[in-house]
Amino acid sequence: MNGIHDLGGMHGFGRVRIEEDEPVFHAEWEKIIFALGMARIGWVHNQDEWRHAIENIDPVQYLAAQYYERWLISAEDNLLKKGMITKEEYDARIRRFSRNRKTPLPRTHDPERLRQIVQLIRYGSSTRREQRREAKFRVGDHVVARNMNPLGHTRLPRYVRGKQGIIAKVYGVFVLPDTNAHGKGENAEYVYNVCFDANELWGTAAEEKETVHIDLWESYLQSPYVAGRYADSQPRQDLS
Amino acid sequence: MKTAVSRTYSANDYRTKESDLTARVRALESILLEKKLVSSDVIEKLISSYENDIGPMLGAKVVAKAWSDPAFKKRLLENATAACRELNIGGREGDNMVALENTPTLHNVIVCTLCSCYPWAVLGLPPNWYKSPQYRSKIVIEPRKTLREDFGVNIGPEKKIQVWDSSAEIRYLVIPERPEGTEEMSEAQLASLVTRESMIGVGVVNPKKSKTKAGRRK
Repeated sequence: MNGIHDLGGMHGFGRVRIEEDEPVFHAEWEKIIFALGMARIGWVHNQDEWRHAIENIDPVQYLAAQYYERWLISAEDNLLKKGMITKEEYDARIRRFSRNRKTPLPRTHDPERLRQIVQLIRYGSSTRREQRREAKFRVGDHVVARNMNPLGHTRLPRYVRGKQGIIAKVYGVFVLPDTNAHGKGENAEYVYNVCFDANELWGTAAEEKETVHIDLWESYLQSPYVAGRYADSQPRQDLS
Repeated sequence: MKTAVSRTYSANDYRTKESDLTARVRALESILLEKKLVSSDVIEKLISSYENDIGPMLGAKVVAKAWSDPAFKKRLLENATAACRELNIGGREGDNMVALENTPTLHNVIVCTLCSCYPWAVLGLPPNWYKSPQYRSKIVIEPRKTLREDFGVNIGPEKKIQVWDSSAEIRYLVIPERPEGTEEMSEAQLASLVTRESMIGVGVVNPKKSKTKAGRRK
């Protein structure tokens, strides 16, 4: 979706504000929502559903919200949508905790889940899939990022759409977020690292000697000949 | 450049109160605990792991080894995930890692313009500025200016800048340039020089200023 989250190349946000000796978490609630989010990913919602819920936050709220507040909204959204919690019980519970912040919580243990979490922290849960297939593009190929504007989730930022770049690396086959975020399957595809010259992306606003490398799924890309915009300035050795 | 728009409101007007955030998070936690969808020991383990065990001191160890051991550096540049695993480093948000070497003619810097993707396994959780609209919007369009004005890092005209936008599941780690005058240093001494910022590409390693806090976040 063409959402507020897609920030690359926007102007007007001002200076990057750096906090000296920043702590990992700034408040107790940040720790808890971080842990709840991490504990639920993979069991209730996959990473792509999680990200998509964040992209769906109202744009004004998205910018005003603290980072972990977006996690909280995503958790609420996913848990309500999947029927894991109901709005009534959640609202009632919020009222109870608003009245008495010190309401005690149960202390629970789940050795099996704990083992899984330790495993997740130590080894991750790669979305790479071992699938043997032919990659459509090779290192050095010229490609154009498709000009697509889906309403759903995608990892193709607006600032590269329609722009021409060169395949820098072929990374292997990964789950496609565009379908995985919507319960439409993994549809794993090759991911490529594509190098774009800053002049191609930003025109006369580009800085000297800059390139942007970005990781794109195969279905985000097409050959420039098919796209009908082969730049004359580019070497043509891959024309055949 | 100043804009002509006068701002009559600020993001602060839309901020959720901390007390409301606390109530919502506690409410969610208590329901999930009751329904056995999550357990206290899992919550505690996740928090303590990322507060204490996983942080930029791990990345610093990788960088120091790469500076000291050319064979390791070669393996790191070929397959960062496997090379880090040799040091018992790896995991969540680091299961497909790529190392990027800064040189006298090339400067690498990483970002995630769409959200907050970051190599947790070597750097821990990202700082707020990395996840901010300011950084995510600017660094791809004016990296040299942003590094100079916002981070105080001057990248000379002899250097090309490569910005890496982490839009998929590959996680990047920058290997900063080893400063001069550190030839006699041990790996542990070198690691103490390496800052988190230098491994993102928004800082350079200074041979004199040894950092203690940034490397071991507590």
